[in-house]
Amino acid sequence: MRWYAPRKLHEALALLTERPDLIPIAGGTDIMVGRDPRACGHDYLSLANVAALRGIRETPAGVAIGALATMTEIGRHPIVCRALPALAASARATGAFAIQNRATLGGNIMNASPAADNAPVLLAYGASVSLMSVARLRHVPYENFHSGYKVTVRRPEEILGEIFVPYAPLGARHYFRKVGTRRAQAISKVGLAALLVGRPGAWERVRFGFSSVAATPILACALAATITGTARGLPDDEGLAEALGRDLAARDDIRSTAEYRRRIALNLVREALAPWRHQGGCDAGQ
Amino acid sequence: MYTSMHNDSRFGTTPLKDAPLRKDGMEKVRGTARYVADITYPGMLHAVTARTRLPGGTIASITFDDHVPWSEYVVVTARDIPGINAVKMIETDQPVLVETHYRHAGEPVVLIAHPDPQALADALAAVHIDERPYAKPPVFAIEEALRADTRRIAADNVYRDYLMEKGSVMDAEKESCQVFEAEYHTGAQEHLYIEPQGMMARMEGGILTVEGSLQCPYYVHAALMYATGLPEERVRVLQCATGGAFGGKEEYPSHIACHAALVTMKAGGRPVALIYGRGEDMAVTPKRHPSRSRVRLGASRDGRLRFIDIDFVIDGGAYLTLSPVVLSRGVIHAAGPYRCDNVRVRARAVATNHPPFGAFRGFGAPQSIFALEAALDELARMLEMEPDVLRRRNVLAPGDISPAGQRIEGPLDMQRVIGQALEACDYHAKVEAYRQWNAQKGAIRKGIGLATFYHGAGFTGNGELALRSRAGLRVGADGLVEILTSTTEMGQGMQTTLSGIVAEALRIPYEGVAVARPDTRDVPNSGPTVASRTCMVVGAILARAADDLIARLRADAALPSVYGYGEFRDACARLHAAGGVTTIIADYRHPAGNEWDESVFQGSPYASFAWACYVAEVEVDAVTGETRIVDFTAVQEVGRVVHATVAAGQIEGGVVQGIGYALFEDVRFGADGQMANNRITNYIIPTSADIPPIRVLFLESRHGAGPGGAAGIGELPMDGPAPAIINAINAALGTEIRHVPAMPEHILAAMDRRSA
Repeated sequence: MRWYAPRKLHEALALLTERPDLIPIAGGTDIMVGRDPRACGHDYLSLANVAALRGIRETPAGVAIGALATMTEIGRHPIVCRALPALAASARATGAFAIQNRATLGGNIMNASPAADNAPVLLAYGASVSLMSVARLRHVPYENFHSGYKVTVRRPEEILGEIFVPYAPLGARHYFRKVGTRRAQAISKVGLAALLVGRPGAWERVRFGFSSVAATPILACALAATITGTARGLPDDEGLAEALGRDLAARDDIRSTAEYRRRIALNLVREALAPWRHQGGCDAGQ
Repeated sequence: MYTSMHNDSRFGTTPLKDAPLRKDGMEKVRGTARYVADITYPGMLHAVTARTRLPGGTIASITFDDHVPWSEYVVVTARDIPGINAVKMIETDQPVLVETHYRHAGEPVVLIAHPDPQALADALAAVHIDERPYAKPPVFAIEEALRADTRRIAADNVYRDYLMEKGSVMDAEKESCQVFEAEYHTGAQEHLYIEPQGMMARMEGGILTVEGSLQCPYYVHAALMYATGLPEERVRVLQCATGGAFGGKEEYPSHIACHAALVTMKAGGRPVALIYGRGEDMAVTPKRHPSRSRVRLGASRDGRLRFIDIDFVIDGGAYLTLSPVVLSRGVIHAAGPYRCDNVRVRARAVATNHPPFGAFRGFGAPQSIFALEAALDELARMLEMEPDVLRRRNVLAPGDISPAGQRIEGPLDMQRVIGQALEACDYHAKVEAYRQWNAQKGAIRKGIGLATFYHGAGFTGNGELALRSRAGLRVGADGLVEILTSTTEMGQGMQTTLSGIVAEALRIPYEGVAVARPDTRDVPNSGPTVASRTCMVVGAILARAADDLIARLRADAALPSVYGYGEFRDACARLHAAGGVTTIIADYRHPAGNEWDESVFQGSPYASFAWACYVAEVEVDAVTGETRIVDFTAVQEVGRVVHATVAAGQIEGGVVQGIGYALFEDVRFGADGQMANNRITNYIIPTSADIPPIRVLFLESRHGAGPGGAAGIGELPMDGPAPAIINAINAALGTEIRHVPAMPEHILAAMDRRSA
């Protein structure tokens, strides 16, 4: 096993161009768990010392979060807490306190687990990510970032730079809930984040991001279309369930059942829409 | 005699500051305690185990790929076993290493060792065990095992078939009574001790020396003699600091010790470390036996139990291991602490192709008590009685005869235990408040539930007689008294409790007592560290050893009849000057009148019981089926509390483990019959965030057979939480949940069934 730990971003990028087989590692809270102490192991590129990847920046349009920002930093950041409360909540729901001190937002999405705790919120807020290599810098909408189970669009020579999360309009409903088997340090059975702006019949934005209901974190487009396409009030439970059925590819696995996941997904959507329920028609929405 | 202690500020001050510090506390807090994985020796080897993959079959051949430099490795197979290829336990049906026939996936076949631990994964992958399945499919469920046409793993697939009978259920059924009948299930449970299992073996001056993480040094010692063929004096077993056990290190350390021993013997005595990773530990080591109980209860309209009829079956897994004694404890506790003239408990331990199930805190009792206590709540509902009233009407009182035929002696008073528990949590007010709350049909439903139970301390029946335990004291010139016992510290506080008992008996300060390291060359066989027997049984032996030491000091060293600590130490110095280091060993004495007939399960199965009433309060989220325990009350009559902090710690820890058993801990088996979720990330135990305030209250009537009237308490708290919690959930939702763990998936399904 070899361990490379450059301090400068350009050094890290150059190393990775030369050795695209290196495994980038930040907090290590996912990678170290899977390591086999009886095998020789891989070569790693530790990004932990690369200062350029740290920090949380405010911009006029949103918050730019360095890939190395930890869950603790995000969960406590005043602007994140005020403007992006669902992200603060998902950061605080990731792992346990000790994990949150090491685990990074970049690591959480690069690990590309369908159960990634922060993925639903990034989807709901419409985040984008920057990918850097020696040759160039590109931006990818986060909803296009996961291309398959545990696969992302990152190329072997690229490093994740920033995650940009735009502000939500005033008056938006920010919803996040993680359903795990216990109250902390659980891998989710279902995670849902929603950003809802407007009112039935006059929606400005309807975005539902899910974890643990498909091979990747998903943006529930059919669900959003059904809700925005309903002229008066909200779709009934059957309509919501039908739309979710098109978005979700829930499976039975070691942590839960497909049936439970489908059902909880619907229940959480209902909970997210609660302010507008029982208030059919155009006068709803406050 | 009554004191109460608790960790709840609402009930006054805690006793923690007054209790002596734990003997093992400093080294564990500072991180200086040496666990087996901390030990290194020059030139030591690291070993791994190649295992079977099929759930039973035969091995046709074992081949080794050429690309591995095998000359650098030590390789051990069944052919290298100098003694008998069996792990010595109750029976000897389980091989140390599989030669041909085997019964489950994960059985050890080949051991490989190398000085570099990172050289092991490649070598392991280069060992090919050619396995042939049996014709019939494997058996993984209790009902499949009992069917006549399925694969036979043991004779009739039944290891033991017991019957405990009192009066006549058949006659009682002829009388008019209300009958409730249902089937209950409990799942397997993984111990999840913090420290995975491991052993270090080496030859030292011709003596096979094995040290490691274990509960029962003499079990390991006996297993090593059997498998290696070495005589008693050439085998030595030492315990290392042990990071939790809960029964999981009662039996399996014998396997690992034999494996490590075989490698060191083949490697010319070089030290060998065989330390399991978490995944391997969870996949292959024993877990709590899953169970199925069919419960039939007959009662008069006013709730008097006319008969208790139970068919109790536990899944023993692929080898017999400890299943007979787990079963017998389960049988004896199955009918609970209730007065009933007609009792029939039939109990079987069956064979399946799972890795063997084994000892786990409670040892069969949590399974059978869950079924009875959950059924009693359903009976109460049928009779339209409150669950506490039904229990108060039937609970044993002094003078009554227990289902096993034991006469209950005063002054213990179970009515008072129940009363204390209900009062502490304001039970009746909450029952009413939650009924009103739930009528609003909101997202959060609330419930409160209880369980009343007792747990027998010490080996079951005549077990303690057979063990003939011994323990002793050693004192040298400086007057420091060392406890000599094979009883082990595994986090439960045994060093502290026994030191307190000895200090009290000798009338010297706690600091004047130390515990010698468990080392079979140095300490007598005090029996295994199991069965809530340490304080009550070993403590009583040590108290008598202390009396003997005082007598010796008086006779030979002029200890005055009334003495201070200075005079005690002076006497020790005189004793030493005259005759060197003095060792006093005392033997177990069986309480008079405690007879037991194992053939009919009647008599006095335990020298004493601890009695308890536990109450759980829950909130269930109807959106997700998630249960949150918001308050827990644990009141127990334990005879006497020897060390307040250790005792409260045992209760709290057991309650937490019981909460895990009830709601979180779901052992999932793969198609090969091994635990599939064998990682801490997906075998979920509760964290502190899931644990409510736990009120721990003790009643002390001095009824126990231990020092000062203490009964054993280590396992007791494992019995009550699961039924109390399930009863609370069923009260909150109006459901009929009859199994643990009750996961959110099951709870939502149960709500559906209720609606339908």
